[in-house]
Amino acid sequence: MTRRARMPDMARRDREPLFRVDPAALPPLSPEPQAPPRPVSPARVASGAEGYDLDGTRVLALPNPTSPEEEDALVRAFLSGLEKLFSRENNWTFLQPLLLSMEHCAHCQTCSEACHVFESSGRAEIYRPTYRSEVFRRLYFEYVKGGGLISAWQHGTVELNWPLVARLAELAYRCNLCRRCAQTCPIGVDNGLIAHEIRKLFSQELGIAPKELHAAGSMLQLKSGSSTGMIPAAVKDNVQFIDEEMTEKTGLAAETPWDVEGADILLIHNAGEVLAWPENPGAFGVILNAAGVSWTMSSDIAGYDSVNYGLWYDDAQLARVALLHAEIARKLNVKKIVIGECGHAHKSLLVVADRLLTGDLRVPRESALTVLRDIVVSGRLRLDPGRNDFPVTLHDPCNMVRLMGVVEPQREILRRVCPQFREMHPHGVDNYCCGGGSGFAIMSGHGFEDWRSDVAGRKKLQQILDAFSDCLSTSIPKYVCAPCSNCKGQIRDLLAHHGAWKQHRILYGGLAELIVNAMADVRPGFIEWEWR
Amino acid sequence: MTVLVYTAIALGSLVFVIASAARAVLYARSPMHLRWELYPVPHEHPDRVSHGGSYFEQSEWWKQPRERRFRGELAVMVPEVLFLKALREHNPKLWRRSFPFHGGLYLLAGAGAGLLVLAAVSRLAGTAWLDGAAGHVARWTVAGVGAAGLALAVSGALALLHRRMQDPALRAFTTAGDIFNLLFFVMALGTLGAGYAARPPGSADALGIAIGILSWDASVQVPRVLAAGLVATAALAAYIPLTHMSHFIGKYFTYHAIRWDDAPFGDSRKMSVALAASLAQRPTWAAEHMKADGHSTWADVVTTNPTDEAGR
Ligand code: SF4
Ligand code: SF4
Repeated sequence: MTRRARMPDMARRDREPLFRVDPAALPPLSPEPQAPPRPVSPARVASGAEGYDLDGTRVLALPNPTSPEEEDALVRAFLSGLEKLFSRENNWTFLQPLLLSMEHCAHCQTCSEACHVFESSGRAEIYRPTYRSEVFRRLYFEYVKGGGLISAWQHGTVELNWPLVARLAELAYRCNLCRRCAQTCPIGVDNGLIAHEIRKLFSQELGIAPKELHAAGSMLQLKSGSSTGMIPAAVKDNVQFIDEEMTEKTGLAAETPWDVEGADILLIHNAGEVLAWPENPGAFGVILNAAGVSWTMSSDIAGYDSVNYGLWYDDAQLARVALLHAEIARKLNVKKIVIGECGHAHKSLLVVADRLLTGDLRVPRESALTVLRDIVVSGRLRLDPGRNDFPVTLHDPCNMVRLMGVVEPQREILRRVCPQFREMHPHGVDNYCCGGGSGFAIMSGHGFEDWRSDVAGRKKLQQILDAFSDCLSTSIPKYVCAPCSNCKGQIRDLLAHHGAWKQHRILYGGLAELIVNAMADVRPGFIEWEWR
Repeated sequence: MTVLVYTAIALGSLVFVIASAARAVLYARSPMHLRWELYPVPHEHPDRVSHGGSYFEQSEWWKQPRERRFRGELAVMVPEVLFLKALREHNPKLWRRSFPFHGGLYLLAGAGAGLLVLAAVSRLAGTAWLDGAAGHVARWTVAGVGAAGLALAVSGALALLHRRMQDPALRAFTTAGDIFNLLFFVMALGTLGAGYAARPPGSADALGIAIGILSWDASVQVPRVLAAGLVATAALAAYIPLTHMSHFIGKYFTYHAIRWDDAPFGDSRKMSVALAASLAQRPTWAAEHMKADGHSTWADVVTTNPTDEAGR
């Protein structure tokens, strides 16, 4: 393991990473996975020749300046972005929270104990919530507030050069933006917000963002309608196929209504579900049709994909996608938009974009969890909880729960349909992120998948193992309910990486699937106990 | 000397008030930000506060009456302000040092306010009542509170300093300014306490000095060490709002204006006006996809699809 990093190390010019994950040295899991931890292969880590290494993995394709002049130009661009981040005309969206988080940290380190990334890395300094923030804060005092001797003495300094800028860009993507740390800060300083703002600086000023979020994410969505690349005709084809399969599987006629003007509900799923977990949108169709709900999906550009990756790195992209969603609902004249099982889509359209939508674009927006809860509680479906008589635990997606306060609806459902439901600890608003938050679940390459399973997701895996500690035998199938597409992707990778399906028969899936699996009018066995 | 002490106290108090107010105004005048709340939000309905839920848990929440229970906020704010509840919960080791320190400062502020009240009453009604039972009780109470405040604040600051030096995690993030700040407390309040305890017989007591300030009576004798303590404490009061230690202001905003700000846009005219003003700002972000040329407004930028060939 590399030596304990200090702040000045960010500016180091040697190519050695400041920290490198050694799976064998990470906090032990209980029970230990039988497969020994895989060493991080040098082939999978970032090549030192390509940039200044932070921790042996990377998610950004950073420029590779070849002369001091090129380095200077990049540092100047960074400083220009830094200044803009603190100006009203460029960053009215988050200026007040950012200023407060810059000005009032007491350096007490209370937040560090709340961070799963820091803890699960074996307390690597670079992942301490305050490490990234403090480097950034020192640059703020020096370059935005004017610096000077008194400021340097009061706030400290850090050398600014291209290696530091490059490492800071990467470091902004070692935080899940889960804001668990902010919840514990006695002053209300928000290290998650600081990481978010650093990401914005790089995206909005230097055009630097992970390709999965930008080029193949929000840009693709704005161009073709979905970050999956599905154009409207493709999504309709896929959903028709899902309808057919659902009809066959459940014995109930499943048909998805498209572009119905005046429907009560415009349902927008994370389009990734259609491709990766078709049983989830399929289950929604079965439930809504069986409950006699007036609903529709939209085949308009972006109307069938609720994702809004701008939430994690770029305000303009966030607003553009949110406006598209609202505009589609307005055109269809639906009574409300309902967001399917996707946490960040909930938060972006219901919460963050709330202060971006004007006039008739302010179409009411609701969570699918409350809609499902109402249906389940109303008795409109005949339910047989005995069909779900296996251990089930619930993951709380940060975006829906800590950051939005939707805590109970999913539990009301589970208590009714899953007799062996048990909580993880801690849960609800105190939950731990799955490790896939803020886009990590869809990001890969250069060993990043290993990093998010070994480090970012480690705490969640332990929580899952603990929740099932009384029934870990392979003879008992177990289900982690994750009502969020990105969390589900991360939990899939996490369980696979640590062999939890093979060793303990722990499966994962959404919430709607559990409801359909308990529907007495549906053929038994909707949930298939096969790894996917 | 006496006038110097009075001037320092007056200036220190003035700078404290003006700098604190300026900071509060700076934050209050920041543009409306996008929502960024963090649950639990304590003004929610008690049934939801217990698990950290929000109005989004209600179906068709926009048709339901909105809860905004000040009582709920008070139930969090009072223990937070008085007992630093979050720190006790999440960092008990530090709380054992920080709580006496902050508690001491509260007691000192209380004693200072008490002195001013006693001085003001004495100016208006004369000092004879101070020799009566009520006067004795009032004076001894203020003296006791002040002495306890000084002792707690100084020992708390020393304990915080010790922990900061001895805990590697804290030390790594400690600046020269952090150490100076704590030493400043120890030095200023220590001198004040020592100067007061060691003042020669017949010299003015705290109430005498307070009455002297109100009447700007230069004949009051303030012993040297006590004078030094008073000047240093006044300088400390002026210094606090210029630093991160003004978190007593910042914290109001981080809680009320961010963590707990769950106000939906709805039909709010105030928010409409604020949003219109922000959308009329002209950003200059340089990345290609931003399409922000310094002439386009935010409204133009967010209604431009950067993937359109024409970049409309
Ligand atoms: S962010 Fe908050 S908890 Fe963390 S060191 Fe700063 S003041 Fe302490
Ligand atoms: S937001 Fe979450 S991941 Fe990021 S520093 Fe805070 S606790 Fe850690």
